[in-house]
Amino acid sequence: MTTPTFPTSMDRRQFLKRMGLLGGGLVVYFTVGDPSALARTPREGYLGSRIPTDFNAFLRIGADERVTLLTGKIEMGQGVITSLPQMLADELDVAYGAVDIVMGDTDLCPWDAGTFGSLSTRHFGVFLREAAAEAKGVLRELAAARLKVPGDRLATENGAVFDSSNPVKRITYGALTNGNIIERHLDKVPDLENRSGFTVMGGSCLRRDALDKVTGAARFAGDIRLPGMLYAKILRAPAHGAKLKRVDTAPAEQVDGVRVVRDGDFIAVLHAYPDVAEKALRKIDAEFDLPKTGIDDQTIFDHLLENAPAPTINSEGGSIETGRKRAGRTISHTYFNSYVAHAPMEPHAATAQMKDGRMTVWASTQTPFPLKDQVAAALNMPPEKIRVVTPFVGGGFGGKSASMQGIEAARLAKITGRPVQVGWSREEEFFFDAFRPAAVVKIDAGLDDSGRITFYDHNVYFAGQRGSEQYYDFPHHREAAHGSWRGPSTDVHPFAVGPWRAPGANTNVYARELHINLLAAEAGADPLAFRLDHLTDKRMIGVLKAAAEQFGWTPAPPPSGRGFGIACGIDAGTYVATMAEVAVDKPHGTVQVKRVVAAQDMGFVVNPDGAKMQMEGCITMGLGYALTEEIRFSDGKIHDKNFDTYRLPRFSWLPRIETVLVENPDLSSQGGGEPAIVTMGGAIATAIHDAVGAAVFQLPMTPERVKAAMGEG
Amino acid sequence: MTDPIHFTLNGRSVRFEGDGERTLLWVLRTDFGLTGPKYGCGEGACGACTVLVDGEPLLSCQTTVKAAAGGDIVTIEGLAEDGVLHPLQEAFVETGGLQCGFCTPGMILKAAGLLRANPDPSRQEIIDGLENNLCRCGAHARIVEAVQIAARKGGGR
Repeated sequence: MTTPTFPTSMDRRQFLKRMGLLGGGLVVYFTVGDPSALARTPREGYLGSRIPTDFNAFLRIGADERVTLLTGKIEMGQGVITSLPQMLADELDVAYGAVDIVMGDTDLCPWDAGTFGSLSTRHFGVFLREAAAEAKGVLRELAAARLKVPGDRLATENGAVFDSSNPVKRITYGALTNGNIIERHLDKVPDLENRSGFTVMGGSCLRRDALDKVTGAARFAGDIRLPGMLYAKILRAPAHGAKLKRVDTAPAEQVDGVRVVRDGDFIAVLHAYPDVAEKALRKIDAEFDLPKTGIDDQTIFDHLLENAPAPTINSEGGSIETGRKRAGRTISHTYFNSYVAHAPMEPHAATAQMKDGRMTVWASTQTPFPLKDQVAAALNMPPEKIRVVTPFVGGGFGGKSASMQGIEAARLAKITGRPVQVGWSREEEFFFDAFRPAAVVKIDAGLDDSGRITFYDHNVYFAGQRGSEQYYDFPHHREAAHGSWRGPSTDVHPFAVGPWRAPGANTNVYARELHINLLAAEAGADPLAFRLDHLTDKRMIGVLKAAAEQFGWTPAPPPSGRGFGIACGIDAGTYVATMAEVAVDKPHGTVQVKRVVAAQDMGFVVNPDGAKMQMEGCITMGLGYALTEEIRFSDGKIHDKNFDTYRLPRFSWLPRIETVLVENPDLSSQGGGEPAIVTMGGAIATAIHDAVGAAVFQLPMTPERVKAAMGEG
Repeated sequence: MTDPIHFTLNGRSVRFEGDGERTLLWVLRTDFGLTGPKYGCGEGACGACTVLVDGEPLLSCQTTVKAAAGGDIVTIEGLAEDGVLHPLQEAFVETGGLQCGFCTPGMILKAAGLLRANPDPSRQEIIDGLENNLCRCGAHARIVEAVQIAARKGGGR
């Protein structure tokens, strides 16, 4: 037998200890001859290189026949708490109801880069299924010995291995493991279950978190209660870039039960009640030097263009100059989008406790493993002394990829020696949101006399390339990005920006799809037919036709007065086409979205109803960035501090929503959390144009901007 | 020391001894350990903190505990009776009328108040009634459907 190997960055002692934490020694513990050979899908790059190769890191089989799925992914509403167990159940051949799941706990779960990029199913899911297939292979070997049946006669179902020629001869997985630590060598890499063997995947399971969430049993990071815990409120600067000049904390310290912690400019007020801490914080007398940047939400676009880095060409074909020469007419426009907040309903929260030399942080985070490393660095503690536990996360959308509140809670717990909870106020949440970046897209394109596009030149500033990749068949095209959505290395943005549900793609797709419609209008063509005329990609044609059929699309060149919009795009490997119907109140410029139809090809669908929930969520959330959401700011101050001025989509906005899943089961599962949102800006912009003949070149398309566009039209 | 404040909480008589000017939200979340009511905005602009007081939905972040004295307060933890889910809770589970779940307690309690006042609401009445409860995940369509189902099952009883 070869030397056992262990999950990356974990030695045998740690590994067994982790197994112990999972409920005693009742663990299947196998080793394999050559683990790297068994890790069929390469563990590459940032996302993959630290993912364990040992399948025990992903699942545990208890003697009680229950299977525990271990994942570094977190549940923030996207539904993988349901779909990942579906995947494991099918691959391991156990009942869906026999699978428990532990998520986002850095002591118990395999390393994970974070829950973002619609990667849980299409990336982590592959490793999970491979782990299950390998575990099943080992269970079959054990069963062959125990049942004295040749391995090729054995089959598995419902958590048991049985003799296919004599099915009463069977043994359960729990009985095979029987509380022992067993080391086994697998000679052959078992195949993944093929689709015909799926009984759980492809079916719609109810959300398994629903019951906890309707009864109040679901715990979020701010719901953790520990004996002796203090709630901390932290002194914040009134503007990004402000420097603390003078501070007097004495008035806060006079409040009964208050403790003030100061570590440089980091000043926190702690109390057994958060509301008392908050009141005491307001008593602190602080003066700040305020920056005068001259940058605000009006001047930001000039500022960005003036500071734009050189372009990176991400895709190109033919020659723009050749295409330009062939164009009889050209259309050039510049598109803008403002900073947009994530605004999850749950503000960032974390609870931290230092105990027996180890720091545990319960955090509202999309990235528990990176947070573990950040806490270790901030506290100057070794990472193995840090544990991050992720309870339910109350919405993320990319905004909880950075988890400063977790570091703050840990610092305060270490300093005070008491458990500490940090819960941001809504104002703090808006201030530190790490917005979707303001961005500019310039598109230049031309038509020949037959109404075909001869060239298409796309330059995006500060949104990055995602969503700009070309899938139309343009003979001459170029897609260039000036800076990424993270911004360039210099601080061009006046505050932090970050990933916002399909980073960059919303901006790029809005600009491209509105531009395509304006080209269709110029050509006098129906915008659906115009798109299809410029497409050979079968998946894109498929989703457009599916959307058109559901919508009942009839051809007419824009503006037809009907208020019908259309947009399509690719995100996270998934194709989506969206059609919208709007009514524009011309005197006021207000837009009511009456109906949205979205068709999506996402490959094999693990949980169709769950996938549709994500599409509906994308459509509804997308109304906001399309119509109202933008951050007002000046000189580093964020003027939107709550939902009174920052308007989220509400019930009265609700259009009739219809979603279509275009069947493509032979393609592996693609992303589901983000794709359907990327078309919302474009679908509504083209619908407004179709309604009133006005193109709105800036997101969000507020009544003022719609009216202004109509005035120019 | 102020006089103790008495009220009924999820069917139990309780007393609160402390500053009656504190918000009901934080008294429930800390002194009584009921974390179902959520802090979402602190200004009554999102509805996540909604509880029922004498059957009426109330924004607990905008209410002092003193003002709730003598009231019959129900939080999401107390909505099921004898372990039997309220029809709204059942309907939210069935339809998937939730994603992250953070707005859910306030959403369900707001809907419970609506159904109590109007056991057979139209779709538009449900939309109007929930207008000030925010959901960022975009579960709105299924939430409306859930309330319709619950109404049909006598959720306004």
